[in-house]
Amino acid sequence: MQQVVQEIKNLSIGFTSKKGEQISILKNISTTINKGETVGIVGESGSGKSTLALAMMGYVKHGLFTISGECIYQSNDILKMKNRELENIRGRKIAMIPQNAGQSLTPNLKIGYQIDEALRLHTNFKKEDRDVKISELLNKVRLPSPETIAKRYPHELSGGQQQRVAVAMALAGNPDLLLLDEPTTGLDVTTQAHVLELLNFIAKDTGTSMVYVSHDLGAIAQVSDRVIVMYSGEIVLDGPVRTILKNPIHPYTYGLLKSIPKLTLSGLPNSMSGSQPQPGTIKEGCSFYDRCEFAEDKCKINSPELEFVSELNTSVRCFNHKKLHKKKDEDTKSSKKVLRKLNKNEILDISSVSISYAKQKFIEQLLNKIDDTNPTVKDINIKIDKGETLALVGESGSGKSTILKSIAGLIKAKDGIIKFDKNKILSNDLKKRDANYLRAIQLIFQNPDESLNPNHTVEEIVSQPLKLYFGLSGNELKQKIIEVLKKVRLGEFYLTRYPRQLSGGEKQRVAVARAFAAKPDIILCDEVTSALDVSVQAAVLNLLQELKVDFGTTYIFVSHDLAVVKAISDRVAVLYQGRLCEIGPSESVYKFPSHPYTEVLLGAVLEPDPDIKPKLVAEDIVEEKPPEKGCSFQGRCPRLLGQICKTDVPPWQIDENGNAIRCHIKINDLKNQQISN
Amino acid sequence: MTLVIKQEKPKSTFSKIVEIISTMASRPSGLIGLIILVFHVTLAITSPLYAPHDYKAIDPSLMLQAPSSEYWFGTDSLGRDVFTRTILGGRTALTVTFFGSLIALLWGGALGIFCGLVGGKIDDVVMRIIDAFLSIPWILAMLLIVSLLGTSTIVLIPALGFFYGKGIVRVARAATHDVIAKDFIVSARARGHGNFSIIWNEILPNVRDAIMVEGAMRWSWMLLGFSSLSFLGFGVSPPTPDWGLMISNARGLMSFAYWAVLAPIFGLSSLIIGINLTADAFAKALGIDRSTKAPV
Repeated sequence: MQQVVQEIKNLSIGFTSKKGEQISILKNISTTINKGETVGIVGESGSGKSTLALAMMGYVKHGLFTISGECIYQSNDILKMKNRELENIRGRKIAMIPQNAGQSLTPNLKIGYQIDEALRLHTNFKKEDRDVKISELLNKVRLPSPETIAKRYPHELSGGQQQRVAVAMALAGNPDLLLLDEPTTGLDVTTQAHVLELLNFIAKDTGTSMVYVSHDLGAIAQVSDRVIVMYSGEIVLDGPVRTILKNPIHPYTYGLLKSIPKLTLSGLPNSMSGSQPQPGTIKEGCSFYDRCEFAEDKCKINSPELEFVSELNTSVRCFNHKKLHKKKDEDTKSSKKVLRKLNKNEILDISSVSISYAKQKFIEQLLNKIDDTNPTVKDINIKIDKGETLALVGESGSGKSTILKSIAGLIKAKDGIIKFDKNKILSNDLKKRDANYLRAIQLIFQNPDESLNPNHTVEEIVSQPLKLYFGLSGNELKQKIIEVLKKVRLGEFYLTRYPRQLSGGEKQRVAVARAFAAKPDIILCDEVTSALDVSVQAAVLNLLQELKVDFGTTYIFVSHDLAVVKAISDRVAVLYQGRLCEIGPSESVYKFPSHPYTEVLLGAVLEPDPDIKPKLVAEDIVEEKPPEKGCSFQGRCPRLLGQICKTDVPPWQIDENGNAIRCHIKINDLKNQQISN
Repeated sequence: MTLVIKQEKPKSTFSKIVEIISTMASRPSGLIGLIILVFHVTLAITSPLYAPHDYKAIDPSLMLQAPSSEYWFGTDSLGRDVFTRTILGGRTALTVTFFGSLIALLWGGALGIFCGLVGGKIDDVVMRIIDAFLSIPWILAMLLIVSLLGTSTIVLIPALGFFYGKGIVRVARAATHDVIAKDFIVSARARGHGNFSIIWNEILPNVRDAIMVEGAMRWSWMLLGFSSLSFLGFGVSPPTPDWGLMISNARGLMSFAYWAVLAPIFGLSSLIIGINLTADAFAKALGIDRSTKAPV
């Protein structure tokens, strides 16, 4: 019999709507967390996963209240405890690691002091012992030289280091249960892999139970023993990680796994239709009914109960789980092949572009010059063909968005020339650009909440480019708007909606419609899917792909998600610290990542499969500035040659597949080294 | 894609206004504020029709009479009816400050949005000038203007409008700053829209609420300011009835003729409270919580 750390019985949490109705956010949640177990809670935004995690700490957000049920820790219901009693549990027995460590650390207190405070509150150590303990904790989370870290302020640490400090603070009280709310979501790919590896180590080392809340199945796969899948406030699937991810017997999980782009697949993933219902809209029947491909009539009327399938050791909330049980692998691997239409017709030529964020001095302003020997982005040479999808990948600070903005004319390039359609030079000043070139290049942004004016209706939003570039008005304008909306699969009744009345996927479709309304030649996509839920992401990617086939549009696609990039791009350019490392056809880049940085980056990608572990090749040091001399990747390179890397800028080398890399090591030697590893 | 979506009709401006007012009235404080404000406005418009006495009829024999059935609020030191003068006393103040606030709203809002949009050197210079003006005690500057140009409404409205618009500049600029970093502005820029189009289409709908609420608050402050001017003898010239002036005239006799001072005080403070409550309810109805955002 395993020791139970926490037991949740029939927990329902909800709020009272304006009309006085009681609306549940969590519906009858029952589960147990065993000692030494890591439980992953997965779900899309709004599925109630964070509310559940907070309830495990005895915290219910303002405006919400417990409708029924209890949350039992050491035979007491922590949801009924008074603040005094909770103080003894929170931090000491149950600790939480928040999503954004940078915001949860007090900015004006030193790291050492903050950990000391946690120790003072949650343990009975004396002052001298606490100092020793601080170093011990910082060592445990693998921060280099604990003494110096303890003397720093939070802003002097990188995102990954801040997250490690948060872990150290949570461990200070030596808790039984550690709650992690999306702890790696804001981190770079390589840092994320390192933090997850650390969490795995800590779980084994201390025997602490962990509850890991995330929307990212890749991260969940790496850390958890058991996975709980939530949908619309209910547990729909609960079982061992391998069963859940390899043989999902709930249609939602099944569809979700199919809609995630993976490195092992070629082409775009299948998309799931629709989106999660708003709380309170489902009165009867299964909450997944609208989107379920296996739905039957009884699903509409009856709500399925959580049923235990003993052969898989899994609980599932579905009438038809047996159907899926038989379906298994061969289906999960199917995916659409990307249609490629390439005609060698150069549409954009970026040559030796450098961009600097340095502040101009007075004299330089007068001469309209920027004197920066070490600009943020340097020496970018890319030629893009018509109808091609070029992806720019790299971690935060790699300058990918900066390059995009400079193509759009939003940031002035310091040096270099951007040519459009072979010979027309695009001015680096937006105001001097010809209206026709402005029309030809359109942007789609990361977050549709920010890129759509909240006080404009969909009609007004889409009409902007039509009025500006084509001077349409009246009925003609309206017809055109309807036509454009139809292209992004939105009906006419969306015209009068405001962005706040749309779901995330619909909003991004409106943003896509606005870009396409201008009949552009090039669309710049800046992380267009990162703000979207997984099931919606695939639908947007598919839409972009279809539109590309229809209109022959060229995409420049910026993303940090390498699996997404693999699915949509024809060619990939890998950037590090604003310098190009590798550029080549995506198939061959993903197959043979020649440049050491590409190798590091691809190694760190998390697959939603517990059997594929990330390869951690390099340290996750964060560099603030690109190096003055030599190779941009010298600071982290696992294959550093020696002095030459620090003094000379590496030359371009091209292999037989068309992969171009910038490295001092011979391209074939790099490949051999990788194979021998 | 099959999506079940409830159809919503677009709202007309009129129904939006009705909705905002009904939301305001749904809170007790908002309802009280609205009632007081409507009462004062109606009074100001209609009072000449039913004022029981002549507001300027001086009768030494009736000096400082206590409230009676004939003179409800008593009489003042010149024997004039306090009730008549009180119900007429808000007319000038309301008119001057209402138009003053409108002017403050227009120039403050326009300059604030402009500064927020262009930023850089121009913004710096303009804001330092505004700061400099903020450091001048407005009442001294007003006294100077009034003594140079006289106390006619033509002088008072723009002068008050100017001095009370400085705060609105800051609020409008701050609101614009919140919006300006959003991607939809970047998007409009990248499309090639001009500054005017960006202000009109993209920024204004998003900062309008904040500016209007600020304007409503300025109105009550301006009312107090205008009454202070009258109190000092620089606002309305006698014998025009005005609360500030009435308080000033009667305050020396407060110990034995309290009615002459209480009535205008009640009129003035209830109007200010009414406007304040209404402005707060207005802000809440628009979703701006003034308790979390301190006005500058």
